[in-house]
Parts: sequence; C-alpha cells; structure tokens
Amino acid sequence: MEPRSGRWFPTINPATEEQLSEVSEALKADVDRAVTAAASAQESWGRLKPSRRARYIFRISRLLQERSRELAVVESLDGGKPIKESRDVDIPLAAAHFFYYAGWADKLEWAFPNRRPRPVGVCGQVIPWNFPLLMLAWKIAPALAAGNTVVLKPAETTPLSALLFAEICQQADLPPGVVNIITGAGKTGSLLVSHPDVKKVAFTGSTEVGKLIQKAVAGTGKHLSLELGGKAANIVFDDAPLDQAVEGIINGIFFNQGHVCCAGSRLLVQESVAELLLAKLRDRVDTLRVGDPLDKNTDVGAINSRAQLEKIQGLVESGLEEGAEIYQPPCELPAKGFWFRPTIFTNVSQSHRIAREEIFGPVLSVLTFRTPAEAVEKANNTPYGLSAGVWTEKGSRILWMTERLRAGVVWANTYNRFDPTSPFGGYKESGFGREGGLHGLLPYLGLN
Amino acid sequence: MAPRLDVRKTYKLFVNGEFVRSESGRAYRPVAGVNVPRASRKDLRDAVRAARTAFDGWAGRTATNRGQILYRAAEMLDGRRLQFIQELGGGKPAGREVDAAVEALVWYAGWTDKLAQVAGTVNPVAGPYFNFTIPEPTGVVGVVATETPALLGLVRGIAPALAGGNVVVALASESRPLPALTLAEVLATSDFPPGVVNVLTGQRKELLPWLGAHMDVNAIDAAGCTAEELAAAQEAAAGNVKRVVAHRNGELSPSAITDLMEMKTVWHPIGT
Repeated sequence: MEPRSGRWFPTINPATEEQLSEVSEALKADVDRAVTAAASAQESWGRLKPSRRARYIFRISRLLQERSRELAVVESLDGGKPIKESRDVDIPLAAAHFFYYAGWADKLEWAFPNRRPRPVGVCGQVIPWNFPLLMLAWKIAPALAAGNTVVLKPAETTPLSALLFAEICQQADLPPGVVNIITGAGKTGSLLVSHPDVKKVAFTGSTEVGKLIQKAVAGTGKHLSLELGGKAANIVFDDAPLDQAVEGIINGIFFNQGHVCCAGSRLLVQESVAELLLAKLRDRVDTLRVGDPLDKNTDVGAINSRAQLEKIQGLVESGLEEGAEIYQPPCELPAKGFWFRPTIFTNVSQSHRIAREEIFGPVLSVLTFRTPAEAVEKANNTPYGLSAGVWTEKGSRILWMTERLRAGVVWANTYNRFDPTSPFGGYKESGFGREGGLHGLLPYLGLN
Repeated sequence: MAPRLDVRKTYKLFVNGEFVRSESGRAYRPVAGVNVPRASRKDLRDAVRAARTAFDGWAGRTATNRGQILYRAAEMLDGRRLQFIQELGGGKPAGREVDAAVEALVWYAGWTDKLAQVAGTVNPVAGPYFNFTIPEPTGVVGVVATETPALLGLVRGIAPALAGGNVVVALASESRPLPALTLAEVLATSDFPPGVVNVLTGQRKELLPWLGAHMDVNAIDAAGCTAEELAAAQEAAAGNVKRVVAHRNGELSPSAITDLMEMKTVWHPIGT
C-alpha cells in the first residue's frame, strides 16, 4: 500500500548502479499502522488451533520453493550476491526454515514439557542486507510458529525480496496482519523497536546498532534477542588436510563477498605450515571469478552498497598503513558498480584494526601461532564471539579446542554450514538468543 | 561470677576467597550495633577481577564436581541453621526461609550433571555432518539479591549461576546484609575455589551502576532490582551487550540456570 509518509526511496542494483525500483519509506504513521495491524491479528493468530498455524507456515515454505528462481534473481539483482549462492543457499535454506518451524507450531508442548509455552505478542524485527530473504525466514518462521504476529523491516538496500514475500503471504491466504512488512532505513527501524505495542524485538546487524537497540529497549520490559557482528578465527593446525582447509578458508571469507557476520575473517595458521598454506591459498584466490552476480559461474559478486565499499576500502588502507602485507589476485573488475578484489593480508598483528574490527568484506587477515593454547588465546582475544573454525585431523584436539573457543558456532573441518535444525548465535558482544533449532523457539515464547 | 563476655564477629566482605574490609574503610549500620562494610567501586572491580581469574578453572570442573561442591554448601548451611534463623530475625518464617535456601542449593546441585541432557540437543542437519548443541557458562555473573527474603533471594541467585559453571559477584540485601556475609562463611567452607563466588555489601546505588557498566561482566541477575534500577542496569548493560535477567518469581526452574548460559553448536563432517 501507499505510505502515509508520502515518501519513497530508490533501491539500486549494486553491480550496475542502476535503479531497480522505488520503495516506500515508512515513518511514524506507517509504523503505527503496521504495529496496530499486527496487534489486532495477535489474539486470533495466537489462539488459532496450532495445527492450522502449522499449515499456513507449511504453505509459505512450499510457495518459496515454487517461486525460488524468481526470488533468487531478485535477491542477486538487489543485493549483488552471486546467483549460485542465492539459488543454492539463500532461497532453499529460507524455504527449509519455514518447513522446519511449521512442524513445531503444534508441538510446542512437547518441546518444553511442564513449561506452558505461550506467545510473547507482536514482534518487531529488523534484518540486515547480507542474506535478505534468509534472515527474514530466520525471524518470521519461529515467531509465527510460536503464535506471534510480526512487523519486519528489511534493510534499506535490499527491500525487494521481503516485498515479494509479502505477496507470498497473500498467496498463502495468511490472515491479514499476521505478517507486516515495512521498508525504510534506520529511522524506520528505530520507530519500530521503540513502538510501545511491540512486545519483542529481534535484530540482526552490527554490534554498534545492536547496542543502540539494547539501550532503547531498556526498562520497557520487551523481550530482546540480538545477532550481531563477529571477527571469527579460522584455525589451521599443521596436521590439517590442507587442500580441504584451503577450500574452507576461501568459503569462510569470500562466501557472499565476506558480507557474513560469521565469516572466518582471521586466519590463524600454525607456524610450521604457514608458508605452504599461504602459497596454496594465493593460488586458489587467483582462480576466483569476480563479476556479474547473475552469471552462474561467478564466485564473488558485487559489494552491497557504496557505503559498504568505502568502509572496506578504509579498513584495507588502515591495514597497509599499519604495516600488513597485501595480496590481491590480478582480476579485472567491471567498470560500473561496487567491487572489491578478494584480499589477503599477511604479517598481521593482533593490534591491527584489520585484526580487530569487523570488515564485512572479502578481506582475510592472517596471523600465526605455535601451540594450541596460543591459538585459543588469540582466537578469543576479541569482544566478539559468534563463530570459529578448527582444522585438524586429531579428534581429541578438535574437542579440546571446541571447549575453549568462546563462540556460539564452531565448525570443525568445515566452515559456513547452516541448517534450520542447527542453533546459531553468539557469545559476548555478538549478541544473545539463538536462531534455528529447538533453541530458536525460545526467544519467541513465554515459559513457566 | 561476672557475666560471659561474648566474642563478637566482625562482618567482612568476601572477595577472592578472603574476608576483607572495604578498601575504602567505610561501614554502615543497617542493624543496631553492627558495622557492615560499605563496599566501594574499587571493591567491586576487585571482585570482578577475582571472578574472571577463577572462571576457567570453575567452568572447567566436571559437572559432577560442581554439583558436589554446591551440595556441600547445602550441608554447611544446614549445619548453621540456628545462626541464620537468628540473623533473619527468628521465628517460623525465618526457619522456613533457611529451609528453602537449603532446598535451593540441593536442587541446583542436582542439576549440574543433568542440564546438558535436558537443554542440549543433537541436531539432524540435512547433510553429512554430526551437529550438536550444548550449554556453556556465560562467564562473570552479577547477582543482585532481593532485599527480602535476604538469604533465600541471594541463594536463588547464586546457586543456579554457579551450577551452570559461572562465577559470581553478588550484591547483598542492603537493609539486611548479615545473612549474606554469614552465607559467605558457608561458601568459604564448601570447597569453592577462591574468586568463584564473591559477596559484597553496601549501598546498591553506589555499586549497581558500576556492575551494570562493567565491561568484564557478562550477565546480571537483577531479581532484587526495583523497576528503576532494572531500567538503569539494562541501559548500562548495552555497553558490552550483557544480558540482564529479571523475571524470576522465586520458583526453582532450570531456566534460572540456562538464562545465564550460552548455547554452543558444533559441526563436523561425517566421512571415511
């Protein structure tokens, strides 16, 4: 519908800088309208026979599968991610997420025996631009299964797949008001999370904004879950299967242009294999195809926005100034659009900004270590705690490392795997609450 | 014969396994004739540092061992039942409060080696991976005890935090601090390593802002906070994204433990 604010903003294709569409900017009157719609739908949706709730969510999952190609293309056009990722990862996982949580809707009493699970009420959800539809699924699927209604705001640079999703909700005959999508930037998000009728706030995005939201919610009694930034260590021991590890490192940092909160952005290599591993890594980076997101052979697509590109450039400059050594493959970049070469920094020390700050781009910082204890020390030396990777053939060492790494997800001899049944979320300043799995229901339920 | 002159107790803070006066040298007298240490911001920081240092060791103990130590605390508390009843003002309600505190310690002691089986999961992911989720302690937990019940409120805060493998800095009831400091003597004789649990007394308005804002505190159990204190603590907590738990109604519940825990998910490929 038309925004009451009467305001619109453009959304562009970051690979060409061409405008794709104009999207309405929701301001106070529009946020009010959406939250009121959700609040009036809450009672009947929360009381609906759980098996009927489940059926609506199953329908949504099926519709996502049926319209998967269309969604994948929109996702790649609006966000710049390679079509092979949106086609093979984002959309199938989003559909699977709805399918998984649909089945929970009428089994909550079995999930939490003796705890009398009940909905928390209207959920205000704000999601980032790196996995637009998948993050929407992570937010909306468990909220609906638990009997809540939602108002969701996609990121201002990637609003289109969420608007298609709204159409899918109509196609599923979901009762009006159960799912509401509003578009806009930070101001819209701030109006949403501070709306008095929103009972639960869920946010995925930067730690900086997460802290602002936590402050805004303080003292209101609202439920809150946060999935924030990361600076994950990907740790390679000298006995690791190196060729597999190289694939994992590449996937860990260059998947989705490094626009991944759990990206393996700090590579910790055991000194004795550092030289060999880095040679293999450079060879592999040379083969990455950077370019048109809609080409199915593309490995690394466009940077999501000019602002993000400038942030990456700024941090890479700081890396050079602080004395790290840079390696970039000699690949051609398109003349228009936002692009950044896959980048590997060596000779990085823990105090460098590129080793401490989340870059959220295709930039890997390499550090070395000698002993397992030193690896743990360095890996944990960050305010973040979202994810970590461990590569070694020694089982006991994997478990020893896993126990000590202060991170919510540990990938051992693999990286960047996701599944609807697998809880995801961080320690420390990476946030609290989990998404996915049985634990992913908890933020959306009141329990005795 | 001259009447017996009793040897009175000096009430002290419990920090890093030691009984100390406030470094500030200050005291207050919430109870007639008894000087109670009025902890300073520096005492609070010392307690957090002691707790952080003790964290790896305590979290690394086996769940069984943590359970045995919590159970030992129940034994020590039960053995001093009469002393606590007296400090709580005597009478049947005080007796019931001590009994409930003992029960809470025993109940949470029994959870330590069962929690992962109830709160953890093996996740059937769609691919050749073994995937599981286990609860882990979040780290340093600030416990703000209720004003009343002064003993039971404190025990219901620290027992679940410790059961989950966290380390604790507790702020005692401001108006009724004596049972908390005597509880520290119970904890000191229960085999908790130094620093695992620390008990401070003093003015909440002096201590709470620093606890809420401390960058090395991971979570706060704000059961004893007023609505205003809770809002202030939640706002300060945003500085390092610490979680603030505030909804306990006094019921014994495993979520009192898991609310102060992280969930860690581990993936490994399956192959030959």
